[in-house]
Amino acid sequence: MAFLLFFAKLRDVMSPIIKLLLEGGSLTTAQMGQVLNLPEAEVNRQIDQLKKDHILLGWRPVLNLADEETGVVRAVIEVRITPERGGGFNRLADRISRFDEVESCYLMSGGYDLLVFVSGTSLQRVAAFVSEKLSTIEGVLSTATHFLLRSYKEQGFLLDVQAEENSRLKVAP
Amino acid sequence: MDTTRYIAKHVINLPRSGIRDFFEIVAKMKDVISLGIGEPDFDTPWHIREAAIYALEKGKTHYTSNLGLIELRRAINRYVEKNFGISYRPEDEILVTVGVSEALDIAFRALVNPGDKVMFHQPCYVSYHPSITLTHGVAVPVPTYAKDNFALTAEALVAAWQPGCKLLMLNLPCNPTGGTCNRAQIEAIAKFAVEKDLLIISDEIYSELTFEGEHVSIASLPGMKERTIFLHGFSKAFAMTGWRIGYACGPAALVEAMMKVHQYSMMCASILSQEAAVEALLRGEEGMKSMRDQYHRRRDFIVRRFNEIGLKCHLPRGSFYAFPSVETTGMGEKEFALGLLEAERVAMVPGTAFGTNGTGFCRACFATGYDQLIEAGDRIERYVQSLKTKSR
Repeated sequence: MAFLLFFAKLRDVMSPIIKLLLEGGSLTTAQMGQVLNLPEAEVNRQIDQLKKDHILLGWRPVLNLADEETGVVRAVIEVRITPERGGGFNRLADRISRFDEVESCYLMSGGYDLLVFVSGTSLQRVAAFVSEKLSTIEGVLSTATHFLLRSYKEQGFLLDVQAEENSRLKVAP
Repeated sequence: MDTTRYIAKHVINLPRSGIRDFFEIVAKMKDVISLGIGEPDFDTPWHIREAAIYALEKGKTHYTSNLGLIELRRAINRYVEKNFGISYRPEDEILVTVGVSEALDIAFRALVNPGDKVMFHQPCYVSYHPSITLTHGVAVPVPTYAKDNFALTAEALVAAWQPGCKLLMLNLPCNPTGGTCNRAQIEAIAKFAVEKDLLIISDEIYSELTFEGEHVSIASLPGMKERTIFLHGFSKAFAMTGWRIGYACGPAALVEAMMKVHQYSMMCASILSQEAAVEALLRGEEGMKSMRDQYHRRRDFIVRRFNEIGLKCHLPRGSFYAFPSVETTGMGEKEFALGLLEAERVAMVPGTAFGTNGTGFCRACFATGYDQLIEAGDRIERYVQSLKTKSR
């Protein structure tokens, strides 16, 4: 439900399918069809259209990468870049975003321009990406790299939360 | 030693709750999909919980004014004015209570003389009739019917009225039927109440969960504020059932009377719940709307499923209950509910737990996840099919 709060203003214009997807119930398209009283084929068609319209970009599981054994090192990099005439920040941001190491890339207000989330198999690999690939791009003025030490919440899911036994009464007036 | 001889007669004579009997059977079974839980499946939104944690950290552990925190009463006034069109003075027309349950209890205790008659529509919430009995009042039930989608009609009120009726208890939208009244019907009820000089106690706990049309609060009609006690709370709209926090609004003299009872029995509602309630009213609207949207979709699904299965079910305009008829199965509601539980491990509460007009119906609460509702629908369908097979 938390994600829906973020999209509160959009709720009225969101398609029912997007609302169901955001509610996070992991329903199959057949089940979504049952809930919305639509044939499964229509659900699939609407999902395909959302993808074509670039509203639904894709699905990815949200993983808990906190375990040391996963071998994933993550960092957040503040990047200052030179805006270009006719293109602003877009060309450089697009070029940086295309690296596989980059999970997310955002244009920000404030003391830097781009906020870039990267991941790699080791600290050295992430550092090498920053020094050899990112910083060397023409137009990148500076980078400030912050390594992620611990995650408490990922994409709306709390980590380190013990699954609680359902404490609701089975029948209540 | 037989201690039962000390129990007051009116308590001994109070019938056991039909819900409690059913609960005890369900509690012994495993892997039951329960459509019998009359509370939101959502946890209270975090920002509301966090407000209570913050209050605790700040040392807010003491009594408040009997009437409740003035900040909460001011927030209630603004909320009720904005959403119901009624303005109540925070100083003396609003009383914060331990849930709407306490508000109802103290309203009856403040208003009902022994022998006073109290009208209430049924099927209804399990507490209304016993609460009237516990204050030595006389309960006068008013039937509602599926043909009216369980709306309360003026005709039914006129037919049920008796000399000596003093109060009219309303619960719209209604637990268990989901029935509610449109503006014309509310106006007709108001006209009846004025003609018969009845005081209205209006429990509007499900009002935010109105899915189509407007919710009309009877106290908002001209001349009705002075003869209505408006009861509301946070349990359903803000998923705060366990916090036990509600409020009563009404004419100052009536609130004062209720306050007299409240101050001696409760002192005040929990300060932590009150602090959380302030947060809910100030910043909880979006979360509430999000929950309501989800209930709306679930309602559409489950009502459609009941009708597909052959259990005729009206579309409840409010609350999170569906009230399908089991008449087509040829079984009584208790027999059906117990048979469904035994055969398919789905719990629905027999309608007679809510009054005699619940005969032939079961209550299904759709405040549960889609996967549970989908599975429950399939199991109910299987059970109904098995009944048809047996009857051939």
